[in-house]
Amino acid sequence: MALRRFDLEAGGDSFAFKSETEEKIAFWRGKYPADKQRSAVIPLLWLAQKDNNGWLSEPAMREVANRLEMPYIRVYEVATFYTMFRLQPVGKFHVQLCGTTPCQLRGAESLRDVCTKEIGKAMYVTDDQRLSWEEVECLGACVNAPMVQINDDFFEDLTPESLSAILARLRHGAEVTPGPQIDRVNSAPEGGTSVLTDASLFDGSRTRVPVLPNLPRPPEPAPEAAVQPQAASPTITKREEPASKDIKS
Amino acid sequence: MLQDKDRIFTNLYGLHSPDLEAAKKRGAWHLTKEMLDLGPDWLCDQIKASGLRGRGGAGFPTGLKWTFMPREVRDRPHYLVVNADESEPGTCKDREIMRHDPHLLIEGCMVASRAMRAHKCYVYIRGEYIAERHALEKAVKEAYEARLIGANNLNGWDFDLYVHHGAGAYICGEETALLESLEGKKGQPRLKPPFPANAGLYGCPTTVNNVESIAVVPTILRRGAQWFAGFGRPNNSGTKLFCISGHVNKPCNVEEEMSITFRELIDTHCGGIRGGWENLKAVIPGGSSVPMVPAGQIMDAHMDFDTLRDLKSGLGTAAIIVMDKQTDLIKAIARLAYFYKHESCGQCTPCREGTGWMWRVMERMVRGEATHDEIDTLLDVTRQVEGHTICALGDAAAWPIQGLIRHFRHEIEERINRYRQPRAFVQGAVIAAE
Repeated sequence: MALRRFDLEAGGDSFAFKSETEEKIAFWRGKYPADKQRSAVIPLLWLAQKDNNGWLSEPAMREVANRLEMPYIRVYEVATFYTMFRLQPVGKFHVQLCGTTPCQLRGAESLRDVCTKEIGKAMYVTDDQRLSWEEVECLGACVNAPMVQINDDFFEDLTPESLSAILARLRHGAEVTPGPQIDRVNSAPEGGTSVLTDASLFDGSRTRVPVLPNLPRPPEPAPEAAVQPQAASPTITKREEPASKDIKS
Repeated sequence: MLQDKDRIFTNLYGLHSPDLEAAKKRGAWHLTKEMLDLGPDWLCDQIKASGLRGRGGAGFPTGLKWTFMPREVRDRPHYLVVNADESEPGTCKDREIMRHDPHLLIEGCMVASRAMRAHKCYVYIRGEYIAERHALEKAVKEAYEARLIGANNLNGWDFDLYVHHGAGAYICGEETALLESLEGKKGQPRLKPPFPANAGLYGCPTTVNNVESIAVVPTILRRGAQWFAGFGRPNNSGTKLFCISGHVNKPCNVEEEMSITFRELIDTHCGGIRGGWENLKAVIPGGSSVPMVPAGQIMDAHMDFDTLRDLKSGLGTAAIIVMDKQTDLIKAIARLAYFYKHESCGQCTPCREGTGWMWRVMERMVRGEATHDEIDTLLDVTRQVEGHTICALGDAAAWPIQGLIRHFRHEIEERINRYRQPRAFVQGAVIAAE
């Protein structure tokens, strides 16, 4: 596990949510039962981080704890456990470089060199306060490797050249386009796909089926109807306990 | 190859609009009321008959899992929780469902909730998927506005769906850690029993399912369990989203029939292996947590749960990481060891200490700075971590290293020899493990 500590000096003494965030706070709190408001701690910390220039100061955590009537320590615990909460100041554009094996296989290490060269060492904030970077674990865009996340957006299928170009544009305040940086649409193969070309998938033909299959019949033939799908069943149905060791269920 | 007419995720690549109207044209929300009216028993029976096995990695039969929920709702409400905390390295399929076909997921949530008598559903999406979360929130709003979900909706089953998000912890993909996180705590897995079906979210009966398992449900019911069971080999039925990354010419996501052979999958959709088939070295067939399989065994293997289990690996999430002969396998696995060290939640000692220990030893092995008997020590430690922790993260950290040693021990040995060769009298052995 990662050891993470607060930066107690950089955060100052106070924090207040921006007035336009109040609506979002109410939206998130409305999702949980009245006596389980603690569930909103991660979304609220995330909003606090947004309102605090991309990182969480200790006063911001206390504000969240006060809102949710939680002990401070419970909020500190959450903020230090989850790695998207940044506990020290970052640049206006914070680059999270995915370095896990699928990205590594496709050249994440050369992207790391680009970041070091253009920005500096990890978590260093450039003098103009615009850029900082860190290496993070798998961001879940592995078929578009290698990739980085800059603030909220994914930049995929990068090369050292395209990453340098993006960083240069951000440094000068120019617009950048998220998504794949090569000739491909989202996660389709490069240069176009040969599947999902059948027009009947998209013209509404699928909605012309009038009734569901396998409807239960009236009482007399019912046993038959119930037995039929069972007979075709290839599933193991003998196991009764759920597997206790399933990491992703 | 799976034909277009049999594909469930028709907007996988986002070539069309994800909006409600377009989704309805593609078949979503068709006959939903009729399905819900048939009641939980019919729904569970149909899903059981379809042979759908959970798509999140463990492959547990989905219909059976649903029947573990209490048959009557008493004082505690039932919950469905959808696991969209997709963080397994190599896996990026749920992301496509949420941003391009969100209505299939929402409809699936409603049908599954009916099957387990739940009126509330939470979708726990990983924190990094910000655009995907907004896409899903937008679709939920559309569904509320069209009165497809919500109180007194057109489908006749009161149903509320809430999107929740995490903040970058891999362990929250474990179902009980996910529930802890949803309750506003650190994501540390709970001891089982009690299983979530008895005491899950807020102590109430809960079922946690993967996004893909839920999103395929309405289409299975519309087209019939037999249709779905007709794909793949017995006990491994259906279609599946494969995520192919690494050293192929064109990495991509694709929906394919289960039990397709590895060669056909790569040749049809990914333009072959980089440098040709002779250049293939090893494949991690199911996300980073499963052991690797060397080229010779995987080339013509069927991609399904049972075949890969027999190869001492697993289908997992069907995230295929391909590695060619230019790959430094030891370094690739050392990076995974670092991943598990970083993501261990710190609750159980074997995992908290073991993952760090394994990573440090692996880093030395990358340089060759080790002795031959340390390979056995490392293997021994992986066996001591495996199975001695509350959740399966300990196992997941141990398996990639075991797979490496099982198939490529000679590479580690060669590297140690090479490191020691020019300096035969330097005592590498005294560099102890930390």
